[in-house]
Amino acid sequence: MPPLQTHSVGIELKNIDLSYGNTRVIKDVSLSIKQGEFFAFLGPSGCGKSTLLRLIAGFEHCQKGQVFLGDEEVSALPPWKRQVGMVFQNYALWPHMTIYKNVAFGLEERKLPKNEINQRVKDVLELVGLQDYAERRPNQLSGGQQQRVALARTLVIEPKVLLLDEPLSNLDATLRVHMRQELLELQRKLSLTTIFVTHDQEEANTTADRIAVLKDGIVQQIGAPMELYDHPDNLFVAQFLGSANVIQGTLSKQSNYTLFDDGKGMQISLQSSDIEGSKSIVLRPQNLALCEAESNTADLQGQVKIREFLGNIVRYEIQVGRQQLIVDEMYSFDNVPAETGSTVGLTINNDKIIIM
Amino acid sequence: MTSKAYKNPGQTLLFILIALFMLSFLVIPVVKVFYVAFIDVNTGNLTLVNFLDFFNTSLFQESFFNSFYVAGMSVIVATIISLPLAYFTTRFEFKGSVIIQSLGFVPLIMPPFVGAVAMQLLFGSNGSVNLLMDEYFGFTIPFMEGLNGVIFVQSIHYFPFILINLSTSLNNIDRSMEESAQNLGSHGMRLFRRIVFPLAMPGYVAGASLVFLKVFDDLGTPLLLNVNNMLAPQAYLRISSIGIDDPMGYVIAVILVVFSLFAMWVASLALKGKDYSTVQKGGGGLAKRKMRFWEKVIAYTIVIIILLAVLSPHLGLTLLSFGSIWSYSVLPDGFTPEHYVSIFEETPEFMVNTLIYASMAATIDIILGTAIAYLVLRSKIRFRHWLDYTAMAALAVPGLVLGIGYLRTFLGMSIPFGDMPLATWWVMLVIALSIRRLPYALRACTSALHQVSRSLEEAAENLGANKTKTIYRIVVPLMSGGILAGFVTSFATAAVELSATIMLVSSESDAPLSYGIYVYMQSAAGRGAGAALGMVAVVIVATGTYFSHRIIEKGRRERSLENNS
Ligand SMILES: Nc1ncnc2c1ncn2[C@@H]1O[C@H](COP(=O)(O)OP(=O)(O)O)[C@@H](O)[C@H]1O
Ligand SMILES: [Mg+2]
Repeated sequence: MPPLQTHSVGIELKNIDLSYGNTRVIKDVSLSIKQGEFFAFLGPSGCGKSTLLRLIAGFEHCQKGQVFLGDEEVSALPPWKRQVGMVFQNYALWPHMTIYKNVAFGLEERKLPKNEINQRVKDVLELVGLQDYAERRPNQLSGGQQQRVALARTLVIEPKVLLLDEPLSNLDATLRVHMRQELLELQRKLSLTTIFVTHDQEEANTTADRIAVLKDGIVQQIGAPMELYDHPDNLFVAQFLGSANVIQGTLSKQSNYTLFDDGKGMQISLQSSDIEGSKSIVLRPQNLALCEAESNTADLQGQVKIREFLGNIVRYEIQVGRQQLIVDEMYSFDNVPAETGSTVGLTINNDKIIIM
Repeated sequence: MTSKAYKNPGQTLLFILIALFMLSFLVIPVVKVFYVAFIDVNTGNLTLVNFLDFFNTSLFQESFFNSFYVAGMSVIVATIISLPLAYFTTRFEFKGSVIIQSLGFVPLIMPPFVGAVAMQLLFGSNGSVNLLMDEYFGFTIPFMEGLNGVIFVQSIHYFPFILINLSTSLNNIDRSMEESAQNLGSHGMRLFRRIVFPLAMPGYVAGASLVFLKVFDDLGTPLLLNVNNMLAPQAYLRISSIGIDDPMGYVIAVILVVFSLFAMWVASLALKGKDYSTVQKGGGGLAKRKMRFWEKVIAYTIVIIILLAVLSPHLGLTLLSFGSIWSYSVLPDGFTPEHYVSIFEETPEFMVNTLIYASMAATIDIILGTAIAYLVLRSKIRFRHWLDYTAMAALAVPGLVLGIGYLRTFLGMSIPFGDMPLATWWVMLVIALSIRRLPYALRACTSALHQVSRSLEEAAENLGANKTKTIYRIVVPLMSGGILAGFVTSFATAAVELSATIMLVSSESDAPLSYGIYVYMQSAAGRGAGAALGMVAVVIVATGTYFSHRIIEKGRRERSLENNS
């Protein structure tokens, strides 16, 4: 029995344009988030993620476009009438109130009867595992606990959607991994439409149903994590999600294959296709493998520049002609890795090359 | 067995010397005052009879009530002045904010007693404003009648303490504090009452209790306005007219100290565990919006009225110092430089003495301040923190109390190699001034030393410099900005101190500016010259304030450059 009701709805942004003074920060953004979806805004710092989120919460106003929550156009509603839950990056817990008072605030503003407030605050604190901390002050809690309070304070008003602005950025690494799972679990339990803002692709990949990748206020691509990884629409998306070797060159059709030539002495034969001309190719590090330099399976030859042992994999940087390529090899017990400075061969998993 | 750490005999010696100084010139005099207050004059036994006498005398009851009333009302009026100003600057994008910020400093460059008489000529029952009002509107306002005058002068002078503290705490509230409340359904007055107001409260209380303390202790302003039925003037009059043995002066001194401590305690309670400053890196204060037209009109009207009130002491003093005769008229009858000529020709000693005393006091302050800061932050001497506490405790000792303490403690002693009384020797005045200003200098030195990384000293020691060399070649040069700022502040404020001065000065030839102003202002004929001396004081304090500001700003800029590179 979930203690909280949810009246979760979908979110739709239509042709949003937003400027601060003369700087255009959001450029014609349209996207549609389904009810109950865990959606992420992913992009480098300054790309406009927070601005979009604050627009949905009613703290910013767009010059063009519309915001819908469910079927309702909310563009003209002030923040306090939107019933949108937002967890701030710094949690924004009020230091002069106890945890109980912080959580009860939204309910008191809604003039609920005292005993109901009491019950609901108790329930939600239990939901986030802080029932014993009600009388403490925010500065007496750890970062992770403060985060939970911020979440509880937001959830208790039974918002239509939940907005999280870099909710994990103030936590240390281990807690971050733990909290993101907890968040996801909670979101699933309540089936609450959620937007999660982050600049960390791993966070987005591990939690979101779908991700919108943003850059300079423009949506680059929207899709499920693996979709974005395997079929990026552009170089930015390819590079932002995971590591990638990007090589520029030309494609030319041969008899039964397509030849890629970077013009600096690197040639790779690809599966036959109709694409020709000046293009870039993207090679994921794990789709390259080392072999003997003289081996006849070697597609390329190069010299090992750097070798890093990362536990489950060994990462090499190989100098091939004038290109540096990253190669990831699985590491298993007692493997003998290639030495730095040695000459090695590279095999390429041809059907996993992404052409842009 | 304890290990043998290197002990520094120089530090220990320094500690003892400073401790002796603080003991002789702060602790013992204050303890003496308390002691006398609790001693029966006739029997010499400990007793509460002096306090009973005090509270059974109607004049003292009245004085006690009046001091309380004046201090409380000054807080209220200062709050009324500060609130709209703080509101305009923190909630709106308001061009007048620049005026408001400088407004905050203008009153502080002139000690309230200096402007008091000038205020009477502007706002008194026959002053310019009331003459004009009577002529055009047919009524007058008793701004300066009795206690009103003290309240008016004090609140115009001290409101910046509230304004600055309140604005700072409002600016330290992160926007997200307000936005999260809006997000949860709150807005308008409710949001202000539940979130903004409580978060700004500690800053306000800190400022308000400071104003209370300053006004409650002040001697100069009531004295110059001829309001004698308050505590500080009563203490002064008892000691100066009845004599050093009269216990009432001591009882009042004890009450002043107790209330100072009380006000400081309230301030520390308000601030304790309530560091509500929630601003994030790069975030900044509450959301501001542009003013609508009529809001601008109201805002500017209020700011200009307050500006005029705040500048009125300066304006009045200027008029008075250049005016020939000024009574029962809106403006002086004519203008003349003769008052300035006369103060420089007839009583140059007031100015010369001031320069000597204030620079000596400020020098003592920065030497003590640097030494105490160094011992507290860098040595391991057991009781080093007590030096800090004792020096800071001087904040709770009004100048009047210190003065009485010196008179009593050094009673009957003569100066070294002479037969003049020690207590009223000018050197004692310098020491009293230095004790009074030490807390400010000490804070400046401590924060300067905080900026010097311990590793810079360790690097010097590692390269072979001993402690003394390290202090001399590394620490002091790096602290110099803060030390200099401390010197200038101490100098500027010591130059216009009246309450300890008035107790300790025995002859006019030894007297500084503030005493001169007081003496001149006693007679209608001397007011012009008194005002001219006041102008000199304002110039000294203003120049000092300006330079200490510049020095601090320069230090800040240099540090931020270092951090960026
Ligand atoms: N109040 C503001 N005024 C002017 N520019 C702003 C303001 N807030 C954000 N910006 C600018 O808008 C851009 C997007 O900011 P933001 O949405 O905070 O980025 P993100 O959250 O993706 O890091 C940035 O370039 C930022 O400098
Ligand atoms: Mg952001």
